[in-house]
Amino acid sequence: MSHKVVPISTYLVIFVILLVLTATTYWVSSLELGRWNAIVALCIAVTKALLVALYFMHVRYSHRLTQIVIAGGVFWLGIMIALTMSDYLTRSWLSVSLK
Amino acid sequence: MWIFLATEIMFFGGMFTAYTVYRSLHALAFAEVSQHLDIVLGTVNTVVLICSSFTMALAVYGAQTGRRRMLILCLLLTIALGLVFLGIKFAEYHHKFEEHHVPGLSFHYPGPYGQEAAMFFSLYFAMTGVHALHMIIGIGLLSVLVYLALRGRFTVEYNHPVELSGLYWHFVDIIWIFLYPLLYLIGRHLR
Repeated sequence: MSHKVVPISTYLVIFVILLVLTATTYWVSSLELGRWNAIVALCIAVTKALLVALYFMHVRYSHRLTQIVIAGGVFWLGIMIALTMSDYLTRSWLSVSLK
Repeated sequence: MWIFLATEIMFFGGMFTAYTVYRSLHALAFAEVSQHLDIVLGTVNTVVLICSSFTMALAVYGAQTGRRRMLILCLLLTIALGLVFLGIKFAEYHHKFEEHHVPGLSFHYPGPYGQEAAMFFSLYFAMTGVHALHMIIGIGLLSVLVYLALRGRFTVEYNHPVELSGLYWHFVDIIWIFLYPLLYLIGRHLR
């Protein structure tokens, strides 16, 4: 647990960036970008989540062990999604019907 | 607290995985059905939640530096913004009930995407519903903090409850940061 006091100016800057990113993702979603719509939207969402975690949640100033726990949580989420999708996305590759 | 939040990642992660699976199977249908959500209300709610995270961060700052009035004021502001969020969410749900877009016996969605629409709205209500439940719990936590702060329980040395409740509040904000583009914005370019 970190007890570093983050100055208000830092919070304010992050707050403004979050609002700008929200406006950006709102604007980009109106453009026709094909598959890039989803990619851009997710990149912006990940950036916003990182800013909230690093500064609002003080992860940047936290103990290394805390950071590992968080990274572990996200990593397991990645495993779950990757393994699930590796099943669903490859089912159509088999042309034989498995009855 | 972080261990608990790691379990929360997996809790919401299950629903996000289900969403990913069905969206990859029915990408076009999801994009079309998504247009029935109110983007303006969704965007306003996103801004409301970001503001509430900001006031929560200021509340933690107030607790850490021993500014009791700032702490109480920011906690009350955060609670108020949380209630605004829930109010808007309630209005959206109400509208969905009127449109018969709530999965169940009276569900009705004309056009070729009836089944996919039921799937999309099931995910929508499950994800936003559980998120709203977390908001209600968060508001409960913050209310207790206001009570304790009024009684002068928090000092520069002892403010863990404020800090930990802040972590929880920011986490719930992060969940919405992902729900917003995934549920509201995926069909906007089709309009």
